[in-house]
Amino acid sequence: MMEDETFTDISGKPITLDCHSHSSFCREFNISSPKVSIGKVMVYTCSVWLVAYAVFFFTQNTAFLSSAIIITLVGMMFYIHFVKVDHESLLVIDSLGIQVSSTYASGREITTFIEMSKIKDIVINEAVYMHQIIYYLCVLLKDSSEPSVVSSVVPLFESSKPRLNCLVKVYKSCQEILSKCQ
Amino acid sequence: MVLKVFFPQCCNRADSGLMVGRWIPSHESAVVLAVIHYPFIPGQVKVYLQQMRAQSGVDLCILGSWSLPKEEEEGMESFLQDLSTIFPQRRWLQVRRTLGRTGFTCQVACRDQGEKEKDEEEEKVIFVHYEQKKVMQSQLHPIKESNSQSESELRQVFQTVASSGPLFFMDRYDDGPLKSTHWQTEGREASILVELLRQASTPLCILLTWILTVCTSVCDLRMFRFYPLSFLCSKLSSCVQLSYRAEHMRMLSNRNAAMQHQHFMRKANVLLSVMVDVALGLLLMSWLYRDQNITTLSNTVLPAAHRVAKELEELLQWLMGAPAGLKMNRALDQVLGRFFLYHIHLWISYVQLMSPFIEGLLWYGGLSACLGLSFALSLLSDAVALFTFHIYCFYVYGARLYYLKVYGLSSLWRLFRGKKWNVLRQRVDSCSYDVDQLFIGTLLFTVLLFLLPTTALYYLVFTLLRLLVVLFQGVLHLSVDFINSFPLFAVLLRLLRPYRLAEGVKFRVLCEEEGSALHLLMEMNPLSCSAVVQTYRTPTYSCYPKDSWSALVKKLFVGELIYPWKHKSTKTD
Repeated sequence: MMEDETFTDISGKPITLDCHSHSSFCREFNISSPKVSIGKVMVYTCSVWLVAYAVFFFTQNTAFLSSAIIITLVGMMFYIHFVKVDHESLLVIDSLGIQVSSTYASGREITTFIEMSKIKDIVINEAVYMHQIIYYLCVLLKDSSEPSVVSSVVPLFESSKPRLNCLVKVYKSCQEILSKCQ
Repeated sequence: MVLKVFFPQCCNRADSGLMVGRWIPSHESAVVLAVIHYPFIPGQVKVYLQQMRAQSGVDLCILGSWSLPKEEEEGMESFLQDLSTIFPQRRWLQVRRTLGRTGFTCQVACRDQGEKEKDEEEEKVIFVHYEQKKVMQSQLHPIKESNSQSESELRQVFQTVASSGPLFFMDRYDDGPLKSTHWQTEGREASILVELLRQASTPLCILLTWILTVCTSVCDLRMFRFYPLSFLCSKLSSCVQLSYRAEHMRMLSNRNAAMQHQHFMRKANVLLSVMVDVALGLLLMSWLYRDQNITTLSNTVLPAAHRVAKELEELLQWLMGAPAGLKMNRALDQVLGRFFLYHIHLWISYVQLMSPFIEGLLWYGGLSACLGLSFALSLLSDAVALFTFHIYCFYVYGARLYYLKVYGLSSLWRLFRGKKWNVLRQRVDSCSYDVDQLFIGTLLFTVLLFLLPTTALYYLVFTLLRLLVVLFQGVLHLSVDFINSFPLFAVLLRLLRPYRLAEGVKFRVLCEEEGSALHLLMEMNPLSCSAVVQTYRTPTYSCYPKDSWSALVKKLFVGELIYPWKHKSTKTD
């Protein structure tokens, strides 16, 4: 069962939430950020090359042109491989655990799996950031030796930063599953 | 509670039969290790299971029945159902799969009647597919050696599969009464290289042990115990490096195979690093001994030494004049300058004396590179230390003089103000001095104060020179340290077989069909390269600076002697 909805993130950009229910105790949530826009890429590339050409025009040194090309290419590769997040997903499986993964624009995937015995709860926290209050979804972890103490907090959807309405939907869905096994 | 069944991928198309595995009680999960095919005699199955339990130490049992019906077998279902009475279990799993559909169905039958009444609805089952070969060979990080039952579920699964080695010895070419399916059904995997290495390792180990005993008996000669030689040996970095490598060789030549993962990785890393070290050293030797490179090198040593001496003499002449416009105290200046000039003259005559032997020394010293590049580098660092010994002497003289001056000045300054340092209470107390004490104290204070700029300048110049030499030696030591400690085997393993060093697992949902249970695929999440290097670094006699930057600057200001690269002794963990 799949559902697709459009929300906005905290800076106003549109994001898509994708809820997929594989079974009654396994759900997957996918939040996709907007893709790299071709217009922006062209603007940046053209400006860098214009500046390099202007410098070349005055100094007649071809090193500026080649270094501009190299910098542009390397910068773009670095950006799509390490910086731009394409989509983030959360997979909740009853009595097995929670899997958090983020995929970058180049296809690189970083996955973390947290076992159910280490999870205390999933909550929505507020944070004060400069002049705004932002809400974020996070997983509270506990140590098996001390089950009543929160040992660490893992924030979810860090790059997509959805707003409260999207978070509430995900939260309600997760709690349906988590409350069954704990 | 949801029941989790860890099912190996190799058994997806196995013929119908019984599933052998282990229940993990506290987490409501079962690990299927192999499938024993029909036809079989239940008595023989029980005997086989008992044998396997004894050999592997794992609590194996029959988990249930697996049926993948083909055309001829009709009565299979009922036959397998009746088997649950022969193998008494608390729970009996009946897993069914039809050809053409990818999903499995599972029915759980509970033995105790009481439990059956509680669960009216069907128990939910998750099938987690895992690749048996990868799970068996992989190691979860962070490595924990405990065998407690309260371990996490995944660790227990990994441990179960890893310890069930004896179960996977029977392949389908054996003529035994039982036929089973597991990852080695098509034949046991082995590598020729590994077998050859194993055969060759025993005589090699014996040879290595013999060489080591000869070397240690030489080193244990009485003359090395006495003060001058033992002190020298502890200061020379090549001797330290030699003893460190000898320690490694001793560990390698130990004939017992490494049982634990950490021990095995340590041995493999050390072996590979020694081999790479020796290979690089041989490369260096091949460059050094070709095209008269040694003669060229030795011919540049004498002119370089002359050049250094000339520069130092010019520096001292500059200091003895009016350096940077400062006015020095003439007498002290001349004394210090002449003293240092004579020192340089001694050193240059020493170098000239040594010059005919330099080529021979280089030739024989270059031979030591066959022991490894790290040894050649530490020999170079020692040679640099010996050749710049005069700079070290200058630094010590300048520092001691400056330190005495600063110490005297601070004490007399206290006298000037009428105070005294109380050694007992470690604080400054007031004190009444006699007139003659005050008079002499003030005189000395003035003398020392006006001589301070001269001494300070000499101290500054020679400290900078010494720091330059220390920096160069530090770079050499850091590279030796890097060669010693870098875990090459672990990094290669991470690049070529990433599933062996696992940070965790990741799950993927496989395609679902109506009426079947949930299927997940469990894959290894490999450790990041930086974590690999951090976990498997070989401990060395690391020579990181033991003072922080602020402490170093403070010591320099006061005039205390600094030893920035202090060797830590290697401790076995």
